[in-house]
Amino acid sequence: MRMKTTALAALLATTPLTVLAQDQVLNIYNWSDYIAEDTIANFEQEFGVSVNYDVYDSNEVLEARLFAGNSGFDIVVPTSDFLRRQAAAGIYQPLDRSKLPNLENMDPALMEAAAVYDPGNEHSVIYMWGTTGIGYNVGKVAEILGDDAPTDSWDMIFNPEIIEQLSECGVTMLDAPTEMLPAAMNYLGLDPRSTASEDMEAAAELLETIRPHIRYFHSSQYISDLANGDVCVSVGWSGDVFQALYRAEEAENGVEIAYVIPSEGALQWFDLMAIPADAPNPDLAHEFINFVMRPDVTADITNYVWYANGNAASLELVDPDITSDPGIFPTEAASERLWAAEVYDARTDRLVNRLWTQVKTGQ
Amino acid sequence: MREGWGKRAVIGVPFIWLLIFFLVPFFIVFLVSLGAPQFSVPPYSPAFEWDGWVPRFVGSFDNYVFLTEDDLYWRAYLGSVQIAGGATLMCLLVAWPMAWVIARATPTWRNVLLLAVILPFWTSSLLRIYALMGLLRQGGLINTGLMWLGITDEPIQMMQTDFAVYLTIVFTYLPLMVLPLYSTLEKLDGTLLEAAADLGARGWQTFWTITLPLSLPGILAGCLLVFIPAVGEFVIPDLMGAQDSPMIGNVLWGEFTRNRDWPVAAAVAIAMLALLVVPFMLLRSSPALRGEA
Repeated sequence: MRMKTTALAALLATTPLTVLAQDQVLNIYNWSDYIAEDTIANFEQEFGVSVNYDVYDSNEVLEARLFAGNSGFDIVVPTSDFLRRQAAAGIYQPLDRSKLPNLENMDPALMEAAAVYDPGNEHSVIYMWGTTGIGYNVGKVAEILGDDAPTDSWDMIFNPEIIEQLSECGVTMLDAPTEMLPAAMNYLGLDPRSTASEDMEAAAELLETIRPHIRYFHSSQYISDLANGDVCVSVGWSGDVFQALYRAEEAENGVEIAYVIPSEGALQWFDLMAIPADAPNPDLAHEFINFVMRPDVTADITNYVWYANGNAASLELVDPDITSDPGIFPTEAASERLWAAEVYDARTDRLVNRLWTQVKTGQ
Repeated sequence: MREGWGKRAVIGVPFIWLLIFFLVPFFIVFLVSLGAPQFSVPPYSPAFEWDGWVPRFVGSFDNYVFLTEDDLYWRAYLGSVQIAGGATLMCLLVAWPMAWVIARATPTWRNVLLLAVILPFWTSSLLRIYALMGLLRQGGLINTGLMWLGITDEPIQMMQTDFAVYLTIVFTYLPLMVLPLYSTLEKLDGTLLEAAADLGARGWQTFWTITLPLSLPGILAGCLLVFIPAVGEFVIPDLMGAQDSPMIGNVLWGEFTRNRDWPVAAAVAIAMLALLVVPFMLLRSSPALRGEA
């Protein structure tokens, strides 16, 4: 059996792609609601292949499948800090740059920022990127706090007096300890990338004082709740808040949502396309990555999902409403205050998660 | 002799099934629980190393010790037992009268009623949970209705409470309680009730001394069917529950995903199974119930 597969692999390697494209299957595992409606269909049609497209809604779910081995996926889209740890465990294969001519479209500054997680961009290409900031219901917040509400500040979340007033209309937080503890550390004037246990504990203490005013910790529920007006302030991922904004507009329910990157700074993250080491069809996976890096394809995706991309050549094709929104493409001043996630070792991971449980349960 | 073979085959098939699909996976989970987490595929160190053909034990029981050191696990387990127990009791209180009515109905009605119990089971339970969320949320049907009627001014917080978890478990698991109760009550000999009435027993007396004891096997079966899966319930507390009372299933999920600690997750699973199985073994061997069931 092994002989056979090796022989087959050798055959595949020497055959021109256009010929072997017949009856090929590409397996993609991506975040839910994270691609334009026709991207996959266009790829299938142009390359004469079929695509299995499956979705997840948390990095942890993706990671569990990758660590179990033999996931069968050709393309996965982990977030930057997860990719770094997974790459260190040997889960990804290095990209073959000769098969990715469209890399020249990518924004060098953003690729460099992503290289913090993936040295030399060896395993990955930016798919979309975003920030972790605050989404809020403009009308309700103004109603409670008046017109001088500190809507551009983490005070909305971490100032006990303010969040106590806002809790009346519902405040939610991401169930993501590696994002929320650093945000709290940053608010306290500590380095959000610190791994010192006393810094973590200080952050947890701050979170515990505001805990009674948080309605729930969840990483996707807030999208529809914000849009429906069931909650009024959510710590959330930029594109998801924009999705809520868009849904509320579509429903014409009078709910106006806004997203803000707080003035104290926020986490910047990248979702990166990568190819697992044991991918069944790495050649086609390279073709797909190259396809997505075409300016028009990436622009279509950004226009649909409202997340920023890392493709400089695509920006002129992106809806001006999106490129001019500082919540999606932050101003230069705001960019300087963004921080990159620290990658934790196993001990820090356990500490972070234990503190998080303590915050959530009070135990 | 040939009859013996047939019998053995009939019993053997389920045994082989259990061996392959229950005992072997269980053993694998147990082996994982003896390892330590590491960044690799798979993400844990093996419990045994091989010197040629000779296995050498290199695992440890540290993960089990760890479970006893942090009271999070113990609390979550007790919380789960409490929620599952409470929900089972509520299920029983709702299901018994339902089963009784179905068992006493005319054959045509009986089929209609049984169908009404079973039909929701054909829809995905996740879908039904989302439907309940539509009822319970702040701007949901119930709150809108109450506010329209002027009963409350402010919407009542029902989602993310223990109430929502209880309600959803009862709602989801109810058929599992109704069906075994129905099957025992349906077989109940009506002449016993007549005899009791002839001998002067009142309605409640008959219920306590005859109907209820005779339905015990159904009660026991229904309670087990509801309680056991409810203890390990993960989806319902995750979607409907309050954050301050995680159930053991959510804690296990957190170990598996966030902490990337498969060995501790495996240890939680094994400990949970042990803590559930042992009481039920004791229960089964208790003479009072053995006679009935």
